[in-house]
Amino acid sequence: MDSMNFDLAVTPLRDLNRFLHKEAVAQGIKQVTVLHPDGAHNIAVGLNAPVAVDIEGHAGYYAAGMLKHGEVTIHGNAGTGVAENMMSGKVHVKGFASVSAGASAHGGLLVVDGDTSLRCGISLKGGDIVVGGSVGSFSGFMAQAGRMVICGNAGDALGDSLYEAVIYVRGKIKSLGADARIEDMTESDYQAVGELLAAAGYTYDPHEFKRVASAKSLYHWNADANQEY
Amino acid sequence: MNDNEHILKHIAKEGSAGYDRKIMDYIHNAATHGLYEIRGMGAKRAVPNFDDLVLLGASLSRYPLEGYREKCSTKTILGTRFASKPIELEIPITIAGMSFGALSANVKESLGRAATELGTSTTTGDGGMTAEERQSSKTLVYQCLPSRYGFNPDDVRRADAIEIVIGQGAKPGGGGMLLGQKISPRVAKMRTLPEGIDQRSACRHPDWTGPDDLVIKIQELREMTDWEKPIYVKVGATRTFHDVKLAVHAGADVIVVDGMQGGTAATQTCFIEHVGIPTLAALRQAVDALEDLNMKGKVQLIISGGVRTGADVAKALAMGADAVAIGQGVLYALGCNHDAYTLDGVVHSACNDYEQLGTAAGYCHHCHTGRCPVGITTQDEQLAQRLMPDLGAKRLKNYLKTLNMELTTLARACGKQNVHHLEREDLAAMTIEAAAMARLPLAGTDWIPGFSQM
Repeated sequence: MDSMNFDLAVTPLRDLNRFLHKEAVAQGIKQVTVLHPDGAHNIAVGLNAPVAVDIEGHAGYYAAGMLKHGEVTIHGNAGTGVAENMMSGKVHVKGFASVSAGASAHGGLLVVDGDTSLRCGISLKGGDIVVGGSVGSFSGFMAQAGRMVICGNAGDALGDSLYEAVIYVRGKIKSLGADARIEDMTESDYQAVGELLAAAGYTYDPHEFKRVASAKSLYHWNADANQEY
Repeated sequence: MNDNEHILKHIAKEGSAGYDRKIMDYIHNAATHGLYEIRGMGAKRAVPNFDDLVLLGASLSRYPLEGYREKCSTKTILGTRFASKPIELEIPITIAGMSFGALSANVKESLGRAATELGTSTTTGDGGMTAEERQSSKTLVYQCLPSRYGFNPDDVRRADAIEIVIGQGAKPGGGGMLLGQKISPRVAKMRTLPEGIDQRSACRHPDWTGPDDLVIKIQELREMTDWEKPIYVKVGATRTFHDVKLAVHAGADVIVVDGMQGGTAATQTCFIEHVGIPTLAALRQAVDALEDLNMKGKVQLIISGGVRTGADVAKALAMGADAVAIGQGVLYALGCNHDAYTLDGVVHSACNDYEQLGTAAGYCHHCHTGRCPVGITTQDEQLAQRLMPDLGAKRLKNYLKTLNMELTTLARACGKQNVHHLEREDLAAMTIEAAAMARLPLAGTDWIPGFSQM
């Protein structure tokens, strides 16, 4: 047996997470299905093993938070902070995601087929995020490293106070945040977007995307630059 | 000189109380640079503090213990509410969170070694956990800060407790600032930032926004660590009564309250001097909140911000704290603001280095420059050699040991065989302001301003 089911309607979340942390690898389990999640918070947080977790429904806050090595698929919507601080592995939300999706993720790939709300990719530290739909305002806020690919539109203040992270947008951008600017796409950008789209399972043409990156005018204090911060 | 000239001469030298030299310098500086001042250290202004309280030693109505013979326990346990592995400390004096980046790796190692030798804990900071401090610290509290620099699940699992930092006493509501000169290659790598940039860290957590969210965030960290590790919540002292209540409701095992005297590596002076309330007032409000919820003793309270001496510790415990955390005092113990440093066993003067910074030993608050003359708040490899871990650990161990001896001496004088038996009845206030803030009677009276009739 290399798979298991956990029905959260009858099994406490604690049992599921304890199993994922301490027993799954020892028992040779490679796939876990979570039934009746019903918006429960903290499903599969801290998973640190190459185990595939399928959540059959909607997940609450922090699903797959701090994930490392695992692969979590949410067959529904995800609440606040899905895949927050993810280190590696993959999280795929088949529905929509709430605020702060992929916040401060250091690595791995987060895919959201639907839209994400405010602050998607906030404080991103190096992970990759691909959003099939649109993202809300302040997405990529203070993102330091990593890449975001937005197949739909972006809300207000996209990429405010970006550091070295790069955002690719296919649709319209309502407004750019402080210090963010649109730059020309290079061959390496097309290649990166193509690879990320392929990894997410999308077939859009990378040439439809534009690149948003930091103008780096906030990297050092300068009174004469009339900085807003 | 005639009378008129004499009068004019005196008028010409008459200063203004509203625009004294200090405020004039501030205006001249603002006009010249167009930027507010960034500096290290804590508030310089005088505020009511533990010096404004006295302990009531035993005489006839109370019976003292022998100071040099009878034992007085200092054992301290933190995190008994939900964690399956609470923190057990030998003394109620802990080391506050200070980041690698603000401090050198040698200093972080010094903190860990001294803390371990004395059976207490040290704490990480913005910038993540260094290998040196994990290795040297038997008990290490891992901070989860708004910036999330270097925050990762492996370190969460390696920690003994997790401290969710909401704010700091020096800058409640404000983010951190680390100027480019301190973003060395190692710091940059740990923080995922380009080298040499001015790093402005976030003032709020990226993935939660309020106390209801915090409930779930705490649950996430508990689930992540299988409910083993205590979860601390640290707040900068402002609306402390409400903040502590909300932290309790959110599920904190331990609450850390940092008063306005608390230090910082680099922050706007306007924040340091003008935001937050004194530690004395915050401690009283925090204890009120715990008692109001009937959670005193169930949720432990750590107070920080201007705790310097064993007497401060004794008074803090008497007011209701379970432990204290010390940051600035620890840096001073290591040699901060000292006029000399020791390199290869030879004592060298640091006076020229202070002068180059435009300051002098005893007045330096230039942590933000990274040019610390005694090698503490620096990432410069050569300057960092001025404080080696052996010496740093020894000095800090001596300091903490002294504090603990003072604490037990004072506790025994109050008739206590356990420092945690110190109580508010053991205290009186020396000033009306301190009496009102700490809600203690003015010494020699029963009067508590704003609370009881004179």
